Amino acid sequence: MEPLLKARNLSKIFGSGCQHCIAATGSEAETNVCPHCNSVVACNDVNFDLFPNEVLGIVGESGSGKSTLIKLTHFEWETTSGELNLHRSALPDGLGELLADTVDQYTRNLFALSQFQQRQIRNALMGIVYQNPYLGLRMNISSGGNIAERLLGAGWRHIGKMRERASELLEKTEIPISRMDEPPKNFSGGMQQRVQIAKALSNNPLLLLLDEVTTGLDLSVQARVLDLIRNIQSEFQLSMLVVSHDLGVINLLCNRTMVMKHGRVVESGLTDQILQDPQHRYSQLLVASQL
Amino acid sequence: MLSIENLNKTFNIQILNNIQVHGCSNVSFKVDSGQFFALAGSSGKGKSTVLKCIYRTYLPGSGHIWYDSANYGRIDLACAPERILLDIRSREMGYVSQFLNVIPRVSAIDLVMEPIIVRNGVSHANARERACNLLEKLHIPHELFNAYPATFSGGEQQRINIARAIGWKPRLLLLDEPTASLDAKSINQVLNLLSELRGQGTTMVGIFHDQEIMNKTASQTYTL
Repeated sequence: MEPLLKARNLSKIFGSGCQHCIAATGSEAETNVCPHCNSVVACNDVNFDLFPNEVLGIVGESGSGKSTLIKLTHFEWETTSGELNLHRSALPDGLGELLADTVDQYTRNLFALSQFQQRQIRNALMGIVYQNPYLGLRMNISSGGNIAERLLGAGWRHIGKMRERASELLEKTEIPISRMDEPPKNFSGGMQQRVQIAKALSNNPLLLLLDEVTTGLDLSVQARVLDLIRNIQSEFQLSMLVVSHDLGVINLLCNRTMVMKHGRVVESGLTDQILQDPQHRYSQLLVASQL
Repeated sequence: MLSIENLNKTFNIQILNNIQVHGCSNVSFKVDSGQFFALAGSSGKGKSTVLKCIYRTYLPGSGHIWYDSANYGRIDLACAPERILLDIRSREMGYVSQFLNVIPRVSAIDLVMEPIIVRNGVSHANARERACNLLEKLHIPHELFNAYPATFSGGEQQRINIARAIGWKPRLLLLDEPTASLDAKSINQVLNLLSELRGQGTTMVGIFHDQEIMNKTASQTYTL
């Protein structure tokens, strides 16, 4: 089986950058700030394959570059360097030209596309759920409207059908349909997270990006959100990138896991191997720090 | 079906000033198809380490773990790509741990059904029937079928664990002290199920804390 998504040499540097940036940062140097030019190496030389129906975890402490990876993959930030290639079979209709002059089953580098093409790919294939629901939702627009907005982006035009789809999704994520005309700002944190998930699912994505989705929720609410994610993953056969600092969440959701520190992937492996036989010093520390 | 050559494993604990913890050393054995192969040896000799290396929960230090996969042919599990290992785990190789690693908020019956549905591709109804059958054979009371195992007794949890691991009839089953927390009656039920499974073609590699059970069950023994 071939990967759905291949990421190669992903790097993101904030600041002017200099020739020493890469050598002077990372887990050996124990910093991600270049001492020569003060640029921040948010991530460097990250490689991963994401297979169809696979859940890949990214774990690490704040500032390790986990969310940067998500933002690069979601085309929110421009990469400093790197390639992202999508498998032919996943390519939406009408974007066939992305395969022109390619030699294998993969698209050209998605990072080299125009913003318009990136948006098309994002609308057709990706869903994202942020830790902070204010990033993923318009708080003053009704929940149904939030979903309709995304459907409009994906080319839907019929109001009745969009409304139908919205209520179907909200039902799936356990939001009472009677409240679909209320804005998310009226909702609790857990409900807002579930509206975000409904919105992320609205275009039937192949790839779901989850950025610390349960962080900050209380335990029972966290449990319901995780249950929901597990259910939709198996129901829709989604590929997911899951960012979390919580090894429990990673253990529950992910088949394989990458451990990040100071913008570098320090270890990657099967999730149970990372948890029971961590190799890198930092992974060992992370596992030993678990409650 | 499984051939282990000079397997070594040492844990290097970097956060404790690089303490070296012994896992296992120079382990070599062969398991033929259809066997019930038992690993013996006193505590700390590395029996569980060997099982976990085969399953790749531990990264083998050196040596080879040759496995005749139904799908991939002869493959060294010590260095096979992670994707292939995950695939072999989900189609061919099962693992019964000492304790139930519960998935929170999933009922006993669903825990047992899930691998049957996903791995054998049978219908929901069919899987439910097989799972119920299995739980009944293990004498789990009916009222517990739809309850969360986190609240069960140790013995009940372990029986759920076994049911989940064997329900989908793996080709190779690794068992790490599956009967450790069970009473005499449950032990017999589990052993009967295991021999039934072996009769259907599953090869097994297991560790038993009880010498008598091991002698009764195993077709071949290797002492570490």
